[in-house]
Amino acid sequence: MQKVVEASGISKKFGETQALKNISFEVNEGEIFGFIGPDGAGKTTLFRIITTLLLPDEGEMKVLGLNSKTGFKELRKNIGYMPGRFSLYQDLSVEENLNFYATVFGTTVNENYDLISDIYSHIEPFKKRLAGKLSGGMKQKLALSCALIHKPGLLVLDEPTTGVDAVSRSEFWDMLKKLKQYNITIILSTPYMDEAMRCDRVALIQGGQILSIDKPQKIKEGFSKKLFRAKASEKYGLINALRQYPETVTAYPFGDSVHVTFINDKFDNSIFMHLKKMGIDDAIITETEASIEDRFLELMKKA
Amino acid sequence: MKKTVISVKNLVKKFGSFTANDNLNFEVYEGEIFGFLGANGAGKTTALRILSGLSSPTSGEVIVAGYNAKKDPEKIKKNIGYMCQKFSLYSDLTIRENIMLYGGIYGMPKTLIIKRTEDLLDKLSFHEYSDRLIADLPLGLKQKLAFSVAVFHEPKIVFLDEPTGGVDPITRRQFWEMIYETANRGITVFVTTHYMDEAEYCNRVSIMSEGKIVAIDTPAKLKEQYGAKTVEEVFIKIARPDNRPHPLPSPSRLSGRGGNWVGIE
Repeated sequence: MQKVVEASGISKKFGETQALKNISFEVNEGEIFGFIGPDGAGKTTLFRIITTLLLPDEGEMKVLGLNSKTGFKELRKNIGYMPGRFSLYQDLSVEENLNFYATVFGTTVNENYDLISDIYSHIEPFKKRLAGKLSGGMKQKLALSCALIHKPGLLVLDEPTTGVDAVSRSEFWDMLKKLKQYNITIILSTPYMDEAMRCDRVALIQGGQILSIDKPQKIKEGFSKKLFRAKASEKYGLINALRQYPETVTAYPFGDSVHVTFINDKFDNSIFMHLKKMGIDDAIITETEASIEDRFLELMKKA
Repeated sequence: MKKTVISVKNLVKKFGSFTANDNLNFEVYEGEIFGFLGANGAGKTTALRILSGLSSPTSGEVIVAGYNAKKDPEKIKKNIGYMCQKFSLYSDLTIRENIMLYGGIYGMPKTLIIKRTEDLLDKLSFHEYSDRLIADLPLGLKQKLAFSVAVFHEPKIVFLDEPTGGVDPITRRQFWEMIYETANRGITVFVTTHYMDEAEYCNRVSIMSEGKIVAIDTPAKLKEQYGAKTVEEVFIKIARPDNRPHPLPSPSRLSGRGGNWVGIE
């Protein structure tokens, strides 16, 4: 399998802040590879190093077979980058922006139209509109079209779905899946844990370090204990009561229930007696499957 | 008997020919955690601004914390707390200064401000940071402090506009526990979020689409009604009723100020 990105021992400091600590990973051709982590984890810094906009203090970054330090001129022609902030020209129209990007990369809109047609067709009816006047969802589609118009070998998307509603996020993922047929490798970042499941492989990143890299299913399976979900009408009371139960290791809110782990990975009737004493008399506890987020929480606590 | 703290009847808000809120009707109760959901540009921010006394309805009756949004917006502002993701605290003031500033703005007596400031620093275990500038705090701590400051004057209702965007999962959970604790004290929590799993944390949620409320109920009942496993599925089914799967916003909606995209401005 062809490696599109090979990062080894990447570190980067800004003043006192260690943004990235000795990061190594590889991305295979045609993959959708996700960096999942909160703000300040180092995702943007890493993406700027991948796209040759920053140099690492230490380590080596190879992208599309080229060293990012020595081969940056060649590389930039082959990377499509959609930064977190809207980076198009607000006072140019939709069409002008697209033409501009095509021209800068020495191509034409027609030449690669098939690649973007699926995405661009949504905004084409508004092609005379200034980019600054587009709605959020349309700006995102235009930005993606512009990042793709030169048919890059690698597409880098920095938090493309942050602040976007669930419907638009779902549509955006459908578009990315379709791009796979053109064998474009996609690296993206997201703070939404549920999007991890849509990636081929993910890296969980926190505090400038990678906590885990694997297929999302494998990461879930890495959860080290049996996980239980507890439900009761009085949820806040339930969390506190569960934490005071001697066998409890962790208890935290998760959607409509509380996720709990126990020292011996099991519970008996004594927990219901304990909960009753604490005023919770309608608790239900069942075993459940850990999600990526459960695993992320576990890894964060160990880190 | 549930006590109503927000009552909205036939709320309409227009900007020129654009109808941002199209006849909204709902109630929110004391001590409730109410999730206010909707697609980008559905009209959530407009409604939130009216409920918090920052904007006046074109027509309809909006009563918040006992005051009419059209006649007494200033009284509403005194009786609510507000926190949003983008700005909540002054970065060039210290933690202690921020807390005391908010107490002062809400007209709390000085002795009470001093006492509650110490209580709050204790509760958050923030004493070691208290003289640090906000700018030096990690995002998670900032968001927790911003929430505490928003309820510092013990308002009847606190409005949270995407409070957990970009926050790590541990902090998000601690944040939600603070929300539970606040609601348990009887403060109503009104929250908007794009994290659909967070909608499950709410007692009730409403979903807005194209200026209207298209669903309002407990997460469990909504899931049952739409045969969905998660609130996210419900949301995807109903938040954009028309033109699916690839909707184009109609030109009249485009002229409105919709689409609150963080980072894409």
